[in-house]
Amino acid sequence: MKIPISWLRDYIDLDGLSVEDIARKLTLAGLEVDEIKYAGLPMPEYKDGEKHEFKTSGIAWDKEKLVVAEIREVKAHPNADRLTLLDLFDGKESQTVLTGAPNIFHLKGTGKLDKPIKAAYAKEGTTLYDGHAEGLQLMTLKRTKIRGVESYSMVCSEKELGISEEHDGIILLDDDAPVGTPLADYMGDAVLDISIVPNMARNANVIGIARELAALTGREMRKHGNTETGKQVKNAVRSPQSVVDLVEIEITNPELNPRFVMGMIRDIEIKPSPYRIQRRLRLAGMRPINNIVDATNYTMLDIGQPLHAFDYDVLVGRVGQIGNLSNRKIKIITRAAKDGEKIKTLDGTERELTSTNVLVCDEKSSLAMAGVMGGEESEVTAKTRTILLEGASWNPIATRKTAQQHNLPSEASFRFSRGVHPAMAEQGVKRGLELMAEWSGGQIAPDLVDVYPLKPKDPTITVTTKDVKRLLGIDLTAKQIADLLTRLEFECKVEKDSVKAKTPPHRLDIGEGVVGLADVLEEVARVYGYDRIPETRMSDSLPPQIGNPKHEWEEHARDILTSLGVQEVVSYRMTSPEREGRLVAHDEYVALANPIAPERRVMRRSLLASLLENVEKNARAESIAMFEIGSVFEPNKNNLPNEPRKLAIAMTGLRTQSAWDVKDSASFDFFDMKGRLELLLSGLRLSGISYTPTDGVTYLHPSKAAEVKVNGQTVGVFGELHPLVKEKYDFEDSPVIVAEFDLDALQSAAPSYGITPVSEFPPVLEDIAIIVDESVAAERVEGLIRQTGGKTVTRVRLFDVYRDEKIGAGKKSLAYSLTYQSEKTMTDAEAAAIRTKIVKRLEFEVGAKLRS
Amino acid sequence: MLDKLNEIEKSALESLQSITDSAALEAWRVSHLGRSSPLMTVFAGLGKLSKEERPAVGSGANRVKVALESALEERSKIVKSAALAKSLEEDALDVTLPGRGIHVGRLHPSTQQLRKVMSILADMGFQVYTSREVETDEYNFQLLNFPPNHPARDMQDTFFVEAEGRGDNPILLRTHTSPGQIHAMREYAATNPDNPPSIRIALPGMCFRYEQITARSEIQFNQVEGLVVGENITFADLKGTLNDFARRMFGQDARTRFRASYFPFTEPSAEVDVECFVCGGKGCGVCKNSGWLEILGCGMVHPVVLQNGGYDPSRYSGFAWGMGPERQLMLRYKIDDIRYFWGNDLRFLEQF
Ligand SMILES: [Zn+2]
Repeated sequence: MKIPISWLRDYIDLDGLSVEDIARKLTLAGLEVDEIKYAGLPMPEYKDGEKHEFKTSGIAWDKEKLVVAEIREVKAHPNADRLTLLDLFDGKESQTVLTGAPNIFHLKGTGKLDKPIKAAYAKEGTTLYDGHAEGLQLMTLKRTKIRGVESYSMVCSEKELGISEEHDGIILLDDDAPVGTPLADYMGDAVLDISIVPNMARNANVIGIARELAALTGREMRKHGNTETGKQVKNAVRSPQSVVDLVEIEITNPELNPRFVMGMIRDIEIKPSPYRIQRRLRLAGMRPINNIVDATNYTMLDIGQPLHAFDYDVLVGRVGQIGNLSNRKIKIITRAAKDGEKIKTLDGTERELTSTNVLVCDEKSSLAMAGVMGGEESEVTAKTRTILLEGASWNPIATRKTAQQHNLPSEASFRFSRGVHPAMAEQGVKRGLELMAEWSGGQIAPDLVDVYPLKPKDPTITVTTKDVKRLLGIDLTAKQIADLLTRLEFECKVEKDSVKAKTPPHRLDIGEGVVGLADVLEEVARVYGYDRIPETRMSDSLPPQIGNPKHEWEEHARDILTSLGVQEVVSYRMTSPEREGRLVAHDEYVALANPIAPERRVMRRSLLASLLENVEKNARAESIAMFEIGSVFEPNKNNLPNEPRKLAIAMTGLRTQSAWDVKDSASFDFFDMKGRLELLLSGLRLSGISYTPTDGVTYLHPSKAAEVKVNGQTVGVFGELHPLVKEKYDFEDSPVIVAEFDLDALQSAAPSYGITPVSEFPPVLEDIAIIVDESVAAERVEGLIRQTGGKTVTRVRLFDVYRDEKIGAGKKSLAYSLTYQSEKTMTDAEAAAIRTKIVKRLEFEVGAKLRS
Repeated sequence: MLDKLNEIEKSALESLQSITDSAALEAWRVSHLGRSSPLMTVFAGLGKLSKEERPAVGSGANRVKVALESALEERSKIVKSAALAKSLEEDALDVTLPGRGIHVGRLHPSTQQLRKVMSILADMGFQVYTSREVETDEYNFQLLNFPPNHPARDMQDTFFVEAEGRGDNPILLRTHTSPGQIHAMREYAATNPDNPPSIRIALPGMCFRYEQITARSEIQFNQVEGLVVGENITFADLKGTLNDFARRMFGQDARTRFRASYFPFTEPSAEVDVECFVCGGKGCGVCKNSGWLEILGCGMVHPVVLQNGGYDPSRYSGFAWGMGPERQLMLRYKIDDIRYFWGNDLRFLEQF
C-alpha cells in the first residue's frame, strides 16, 4: 500500500515529525514501511556506508530552482517544427522556455493565452531525472543552444520530477496553483510503501494509516470533511428525484452480501480529474482514467471502500430490452453465479463462472463480478451522463476464491478478501458521490438505496487489569487501558478494574470471548509500545524432562560418521521417479499436486538415490565420502505417508589424499566401507553383528555386497554399486561403494554397554597362518578361533590373505595375529597349548592346514 | 718393551686425531684395541716374560689400554657431535611445503547451525520435539488458526500432495514446524487432561514452501521453533527469553528491537530485529544499511491454538517463536545464494 504523506495530512497534523519518524512509528506498530519514495520533500542526507533506516529512493526538489509558473503564450520555434518556445512567467520575471511537449503543442501560434497554463518550472542548475533516458537517470539543467535558440530551463513532466513514469507531456497544474511558489511547498511529497498484514486490512487506506498515527502519537484526527478538495461538498447541487424511486435491491444471500448501497449522480461531464488528484493517484500506484473512475479509486484509497460505477442509462436500456417497461424501477439482484454461467468483464474477457462466484445482476442478466471486476456492458464510457454508484460489502472467502479462480487480483478484491466493514459501504457511496459532483459538475440525487440484512457484531470486550498483567506482564490501570484503546476509537467504559471496550465500526478483526481478549490485548501492547514492555525471566516451573532419545541417537550417529571422515550432506526431499529410477524403481510415490518442476514432482523414496546425485555433482573431486540421514516417504493411498528414517553412505575416489609426495593412492573399496561400518556400529554400542553376502540387491554388485545383521535381524546393506547402475551416472572410473541403513531397525537393536577389562599382565603375541578352501569365509575362521580360544584370546586380527601356486588352486592362506592374555603372566607353553587346540579345531571344522 | 708400548701408544693416538667418521673410528678400534692389535699382542705375550719384567710391562700395557680407550671415547664424542651438526644442517625441511591432508567429515552447515541453536535452547531448558514433514491441512493450518481460505494462507505458499477424497483436509508438505506445536501440546495434555503440564520445547526440522528456486528463495528450508506453555507466561517473559537467547546467539552486547507483526497462531505477534552483527549497527551491505537484521518471528500463543492443543486459554498462556538456521548462516557468513545449502558442493561444505 503506497501512502503519500500529503494525503495523510488531510487527516492528521504531522508537523514536527520527519518522514522517517512517521515510517519508524508505523513500522514498530506492525505497519512495516518497506520503502520511502521521495517526490519533492527534502530527503535525509546519507553518506555512503552510513546507516539508512529505510530503503529510500526518489529526489527532493530545490526550493529556489523549482517553482510554479504560468505559460502565457506558446510560440513557434524559428528553426524546428516540432519544438515550441514558451513565454513563461516564474513569479518574478518572464522567461523563454524551449519545449517539445505534445500536450501544449496545439496552442502553438494561437497568440497570448486567454487562460494561462500553470506548469512546473525548473531553472538552470536544477537536478532532476532525465525524461528521455531509460529508467531513472539524474541530470542537471545546463545552458545550451538548441537549433539556434538558447535554452537554460524547462517545464517538467512527472517523470522528470520523480512522480511517475509519465513523460508523454508536461504537467498541467490546476488553475489555482500559486505562481512563484516553490514547487516543493505546493506539492512536494514522499510516499510510504507499507506492507499490510492480514489483520491490518482495515488500514489499507489513507484514513486507516492516519488513525494509527493518531493513536501512536496521541494526536487528534482532523474533523471529517476537511478533505483534499479543501471545501465542504455538502452544498453541491441536488437533483430532485430520489434514487429510491428509481432503483431497488434484492440480496438473495446475506452471508455473501451483508450490505448493498446505491446512490446516483446526474448530468455529469466525463473529463480528466484535477491534476492534484491525478498526482495522488499516481503516487499511490493507480492510473488516473477519468473523473468518475478516479472518484471510485480515490475513495477506495482514501477510506478503504471499493466502489463500482454503473452507467444508469445502459441499465434502463436493458430493462427495456426484456419488455418490462411497466416497472419503472431498476432491480439490482445479488446472488451466487450458476455453474457454467458466463460474463464478459470490462477487460473484454468472457469468463465462465462457478457457484463460488457472486454476481451483481439486473432482471436481464449479470452486470458485474461482485467485488472483483465489473462487466463490460454497463461500464462508464465517455458518453455516460448518469451514474448509479454501488458501495457494497462482500463475503471475504467468496471474493478470495473468485479472485484466485479467475486470476484477477485487484485493489478491490485485495480489500474485500481481507474484510471491509459494511459500515464503510454507506460512507463510501457518499464520499464517492461528493467527489464526482465536485470533479464532474453533476447533481447528486437525494437519498441512498440501502439494504443491510447482516450487521457485524462489533464485539464489546471486557479487559481487566489482571488480564493485562497475566498476558502482557505489565501493570496498567483500567483508565490507562481505556485511554490506549480510545486512541484507536474503541468506545470504552471503565468499571473498577475492568474496561468494556466496544469495537469501532470500521474493523472486523476483533473476535469474541478469549479470542477477542487476545485481539484487544494486542492493541493495548501495540499502542503502549512493545519497546516499553519490560524483559522478565519465566517464573513458571520447569516442565517434565522428556527429552528426545531418537533425535539424540541420530545426532550421535552423525558425530560418529563425521569422525570417520564422512561428510554430511542434506538433499532436496523432492525428486522424480526417473531420477530415482537410475538406482531403484518404484511404482508409487507421494506425488505433489503442484510441483515447481517435473524433476521435483514426487517425494523421495530412496535416500541413497539423493546421495548419489550429490556424489555425481562432486564427481570431479579426487575423493568423496558422504552420508545423509533423513526421511523417505512411502505412499499410503490417500492417507499420510510413512516417513521412515534412513542413513545412506557413499564413497568413491582415492583412499589417501594425494600430496606432493603421495601419489597414486588406491581407490576406496568394499573394505573401506566395511571398516567404517564396523566402527559406526561399535560406536552405537551394537554387538551381535554379522555380514552375509547377498546378491539380492538390484543396485549392488552381486558378489561384492553384504547384508548387515544385528542379532540376526537385517538392518542394512552395503557393497559396490552394480556396474550397470554405475553406468547410468556420470561417475569417474573408481568403484562407488554405498551403504543404506534402516535407522528405525538399527535403533531398535539393543545396545550393549559392557567393556573388556584391560589386563596389566603382559600379553603373548603370536601369528598363525592356515590354508583353507576358497569357499571358507574368513568370518567363520575367526569365529572358530575366538570360540576355541575363549576368554584367553583377546584379539584376533587377520593381517594377510594370500594365494599362489604353492598353496594350490582353490585355496587361500589366512594369516592371523593372536593376542593371548590372562589374569596372570602367561607362559609360552600355556599359549602353545591353546594354539594347538585352535589349529586342531580348524582342521576338524574347515579342513584347515597349518602353513609352515 | 716399555719403549715398544710407548711407541704403540704414540702412533695409535696420532692416527686417532685424523678420524672424522664412525666407520673409521670402528676400524681404528679393531686395529688398535682388537684381538690382534699390537697392544693385545703385548698382553698375550705377558706369560712369556720373566717374573721381574712382567709387572712393569703389565702395568704399562694396562696404562696404554686405558689411555687408548679414553682417547677413543673422547674422539667418538667429537665425531658424533660433528655428525649431528652436519645432519641438523643437511636435513633442513622446506617448511613452506603444504601439509599432508586427511579425509575429514563435517556436519552440513545447517546441522551445525541447528545444533548451535538447540544447544543454547537446551541450556535454557527447552527439549527437542520432532514431528513429520508431510502433514494434513488440519495440523499445518486449521488447528493453528488458519481457517480455509484465510488470507494468511497467502503468506505461506504450499505444496499439496495428490490425494483423493480429503475434502477440506488435503495432505501437504508442512510450511513450518508449527504443526509440531499441536502434536506436542496434545501429547503433553493427554498425560493429564485436567491439569496439563507446562511445556518448554524446541521444534527443529525441514519445511517447504511453493517457491521458485533462485538465489533468494528455496523450496525447502530448516526452521527451529520454540514453544512455551504454562500458567504464568507473559509477553514480558517472551521478551526476556528471546533477548536471553539473542545474547547467547549473537553476543552479550546484542541489541534487539520488537516490531508488531501478524501470525495467525500468535497474538500479540512480533518480529524481532537484532542490531547488525556484521557492522554493529552502523550500516553495511548485509543489513542493507539499516543497522538491523530480521531474525525471528514470535508472539503469545493464540487462544484458539491453546484450545486446540488441549490447554484452557483462560488458565494457560504461552509464547512461540520461529527462526531459520539457513538465514542465520547467510547473514553470518555473507552467503548471497541460498542454493548453496542443498547444492552440497563439497567446495562449499568444506568451508564450515
Ligand atoms: Zn550491518
